[in-house]
Amino acid sequence: MLELSNLEVVYNDVILVLRGLSIEVPDEKIVALLGANGAGKTTTLRAISGLLDVHEGAITKGTVTYNGERVDTQKPSEIVQTGITQVMEGRRVFAELTIDENLRTGAFTNKDKKSVQDAYDKTMELFPVLKERRSHTAGYLSGGEQQMLAIGRAMMANPDLLILDEPSLGLAPLLVEQIRDIIVDINKSGVSVLLIEQNAAMALSISDYGYIMENGKIVLDGEAEKLRNDEDVQEFYLGLHTDESGERKSFRDVKHYKRRKRWLS
Amino acid sequence: MLANTPLGKLSPASLFVVGLAAAFVIFVIVQAITSPATLLQTVAASLGLGAVYSIIALGFVLIFKATQTINFAQGSLAVAGALFLSFAVSDGHIPFTTIANPLLNIGGPSWIPWVLSVFMALFFAAILGAIVERIAIRPMVGQPLFSVAVITLGLEFILRTLNNDTSETEFRSLEVPWGSEGFKIGDALINWSFVVSIALAIVSFIAVFLFYRSRLGIAMRAVAFDQEAAMAQGIDVGKVFAIAWIAGSMLATLGGIMGTQPPVKQTGAIDPQTATIAFRALPAVVLGGLDSASGALLGGLIVGFAEIFAGQYLSSYASTIGAGYPLIIPYVVMLIGLVVRPHGIFGTPEIRRV
Repeated sequence: MLELSNLEVVYNDVILVLRGLSIEVPDEKIVALLGANGAGKTTTLRAISGLLDVHEGAITKGTVTYNGERVDTQKPSEIVQTGITQVMEGRRVFAELTIDENLRTGAFTNKDKKSVQDAYDKTMELFPVLKERRSHTAGYLSGGEQQMLAIGRAMMANPDLLILDEPSLGLAPLLVEQIRDIIVDINKSGVSVLLIEQNAAMALSISDYGYIMENGKIVLDGEAEKLRNDEDVQEFYLGLHTDESGERKSFRDVKHYKRRKRWLS
Repeated sequence: MLANTPLGKLSPASLFVVGLAAAFVIFVIVQAITSPATLLQTVAASLGLGAVYSIIALGFVLIFKATQTINFAQGSLAVAGALFLSFAVSDGHIPFTTIANPLLNIGGPSWIPWVLSVFMALFFAAILGAIVERIAIRPMVGQPLFSVAVITLGLEFILRTLNNDTSETEFRSLEVPWGSEGFKIGDALINWSFVVSIALAIVSFIAVFLFYRSRLGIAMRAVAFDQEAAMAQGIDVGKVFAIAWIAGSMLATLGGIMGTQPPVKQTGAIDPQTATIAFRALPAVVLGGLDSASGALLGGLIVGFAEIFAGQYLSSYASTIGAGYPLIIPYVVMLIGLVVRPHGIFGTPEIRRV
């Protein structure tokens, strides 16, 4: 289980981005972390994977523990070895390397040849598209294929916990569905998933539990089912607000000042 | 007239290069008929010089591959390694100490202690590379590349001063087992150091080529492309940097040792000018493509050929074009090459989806 407790992150010694954030990702579950731009979702991810350093950020308070072991003091490579891998926002595939080589970078921490081969076979089973084009340069793949490659690369490290940062970013609705199914498949194979998303509808449709983040704090959390039915979440994140007659409201009639968010949790 | 031939599809600049190459081939054929011995000797020297350039260029490429910066300190690293060998072999002790070089008493043919001393110099170079990387480069992980490049420039001056201190700015002879001897093919005299340089270049190239396909080599290329994403895969960027610097500094040492021998220098000695060998090899790197090992090999050979051929066959015009003209030939070749291929011959252009 991954546990973040009272996490406070500061960039450049002055910019307070996370203000006492607490999250739990239980084993073999999918947990969604939702929030608008600038809420601190990606910072949360960096705090987990140890990449704050590169961005001049630091954890000033709180801890990150994984299965009882503190990981916030470890190097990124050590964190990957404990079983946490991430798929970064914007895919970030190594465009100049071939697909095979990209996948091999994912298995860098794994020195055992046989288990690398197993992971490779599993990845190819998950993403048949990649198999056809394994010796192609990754930079020429389409956006959806690159996202699959990024997820496949992360799976090569045999993670117990996979963190996905905006996997649906910039993808067509059909591809978003495909990615969603892949996440469900990965989860079924026993990997817990922390899903960071702006696409709340997609995230809540597959997750077990959800957190909603605003200004570096969790403002609402609960079972995904409960969040889906929450009136505020529906209006502000799912865009499903209906008027009294039960019909979808026209944008012309939306009065933004009429209702304000009031998180009561 | 040319429009319908394959040549018609080329840009004027490429056409110019094709013309140059054709002129060179015709020139070589004419020389082969009129004075084959001179030609053979010139070709051998060109290969020798090209090989030395290639070795140094490979060091540049390795460090560039990992850190995306040109290591301007390559020349001083080369001299540091060569100096170490010079002290170990000629004076029989380790620099700054009175510890005698234990390898000299091994016995056997005289080249065995020398070869072992070369390995010791390479080991020293590896340590030096690792120290320099740890102190000056590692803190700059994730920082702007320009700053890193300027740091290497500073390192060049620091190391150069240390080198000059060590050698007391005197000529230091670097003994090699084959001396200044050579062998004859017909009337052409071919120096043994040409052969050794070529052999070392081939071995270095194969080693680098295999390394690129290994787990660590792929990691290095990943780091070069996107440091943060590489870190997210669990690749230890610091370790990759260290390995690149260790390997780069070892290649520099090999280049530095061969850079004191013909055809680079006739004296067989290390002097304050030896460090400039890296800047003479720089056009080879740029021409071949900064991130390509094959480019380093080919670029080194092209520049080597151009320099030696110009030195051999243009010498009667030296009063017009200036006595030191062979030294600027590499840069002229590089300029012409870059006009045709801005990324170098085998350099990777930025990958872009269309």
